[in-house]
Amino acid sequence: MSEKLRTDPQIEDPDDFYARLIDLHQGLSCDESNSLNCKLILLMANHIGDREVLFEVLDVVRNYRPQK
Amino acid sequence: MPGVRQIYPFARPPELDSDDRVHLPVIIVGAGPIGLAMGLELDHQGIRSIILDDDNKASTGSKAMLWSKRSLEVLDRLDCSQRLLDKGVTWNLGKIFFGDSKEPVYGFKVLEEEDQQFPGFINLQQYYVEQFLKDEIDARELTEVRWENEVTAVDQTADGATVTVSTPQGNYQLDCDYVIAADGSHSPIRKMLGFDFEGETFQDHFLIADIKMKADFPTERWFWFDPPFNRGQSALLHKQPDDVWRLDFQLGWDIDRAEELKPDNVSRRVRAMMGEDFEFEFEWVSIYTFQCRQMDRFVHQRVIFIGDAAHLVSPFGARGANSGLQDVDNLGWKLALILDGKAPPSLLESYDYERVTAAKENILSSTRATDFITPKSEISRVFRDAVLALARDFEFARRFVNSGRLSVACILDESSLNTRDQDSFDSKLVPGSPSVDAPVTINGEESWFLKSIGNEFTAVYFARNGEKAPDGATDLEEDAIPVRTIVVTEDNKAGAGILIDHKGLLRQRLDGQPGTYYLFRPDQHLVARWREFDCQAVRDAVARATMQPRRIVQEGEPV
Repeated sequence: MSEKLRTDPQIEDPDDFYARLIDLHQGLSCDESNSLNCKLILLMANHIGDREVLFEVLDVVRNYRPQK
Repeated sequence: MPGVRQIYPFARPPELDSDDRVHLPVIIVGAGPIGLAMGLELDHQGIRSIILDDDNKASTGSKAMLWSKRSLEVLDRLDCSQRLLDKGVTWNLGKIFFGDSKEPVYGFKVLEEEDQQFPGFINLQQYYVEQFLKDEIDARELTEVRWENEVTAVDQTADGATVTVSTPQGNYQLDCDYVIAADGSHSPIRKMLGFDFEGETFQDHFLIADIKMKADFPTERWFWFDPPFNRGQSALLHKQPDDVWRLDFQLGWDIDRAEELKPDNVSRRVRAMMGEDFEFEFEWVSIYTFQCRQMDRFVHQRVIFIGDAAHLVSPFGARGANSGLQDVDNLGWKLALILDGKAPPSLLESYDYERVTAAKENILSSTRATDFITPKSEISRVFRDAVLALARDFEFARRFVNSGRLSVACILDESSLNTRDQDSFDSKLVPGSPSVDAPVTINGEESWFLKSIGNEFTAVYFARNGEKAPDGATDLEEDAIPVRTIVVTEDNKAGAGILIDHKGLLRQRLDGQPGTYYLFRPDQHLVARWREFDCQAVRDAVARATMQPRRIVQEGEPV
């Protein structure tokens, strides 16, 4: 299914990143978190840049259903 | 309180006193900027036309007020750009504001490449453009404008159309080969003939206040997202000539129109935006909603639609009148070739294809701007505000900010009129692009490249040192559809009639290595190019660009 999007593990020390991600939202209201997430998406999307990868990301999340 | 408004008197048409039926090549309905430009374009192509308008004056209020570089180039080809430039306000800088900050988030320049004749945009009230076009028409021979001549019926025949005209002194009929409907967004012709105008109406209101004031604001386009003086909405400030400024306030959907238009309420808005301590008077106030719509087809046998009659966009991006002028640019030469019997009527299919494609592009662009300016959902607003927040510091985020992508010429790269490149070129231009401009010298005078091409098929040949036009190029000038070849060199001592590319910018922009030959359509769009001149290849390209019946090309006849 995946063409260019890498879905194999890439992040070194995932626990550390995950904790920092959650920390980022510490004490924020829902609206503030929402705004922060948008900034996060925009920055990451720009870093990826490649439109094929970006469109694939959109497709993956649009169609994603957890497997039973 | 309207601004300058030229009144044009009704003149009794001779048809009311004669039984002779007049047959014209073209009748244009609507004397707005697009109808008038169409008449002028046909005049330059040697085609007679009458422009019929149900009104007797230039437009009320500033209306279309941004004229793009491409529009100025089209009007320059019609010898009508200088007065626009002289009167218009030139601006190249736009600034984006967001929220409470008095500092802009960022500023952007409109014109990407220096060393071109025209700026990215000028601002000028529509009524001035109409007046200048009308004056130019009057200075020429082939076009007549008839005011208070309302078209009440159009009857198509196999080889033409009959137009019924109602005037204050009686009715009459005219016969013609083609009717061009330039009768605006409410196009009575479109309604009479029962054609669809599909699209969407946006649930939003905007208040335009053109005010006259002495202010030392810079000549820039300022756009506000969610400013303190118009919470949750947008606003726009633009300078026009005669110390007139256009203020545009987004109002939202649920408003009391009559209440909003009361002078006191408009004044309150103006003062909240511009400050309490200044004098101004109103020039024009109007509330508008907008729509994005277009016809499926612009050509319906003998009736051809141009401008707002054919396609309607939101004002963001100035893609209304500017795209209408590109319709004119595209249609004029094709219609002239058909009327002269040099191209088949099916050439109009290419107008339909090229301009329907352009209209789709413009509607997509203006719809996206609208969605950014007025987010349709809560999350869309959060993203929009995140973009604006990031734009202060990050260049990448500025690219997402959309207060209207300002009109640029449409690239007709999918058009079947183009001949595909066989050679490679390191240039931004592709077949279908309008030409770029560059400073040149000819006969000792400084000029511009775009002044040398257009109105007919024109080619440029990048000569090797001391070389003249290639063998066979002069023969092309004698063809039924002639091709005029211009020789380009960087040699300052070149002789009369040779285009001197003294800064080398034309070579650079077209990748004009010695021997390169570029062929442009009469509307200055690139249609074919080669690294070596080949007479037959040029003839084939002209045949393709004018949709000649295949047999002519196969027999290798001059077309």
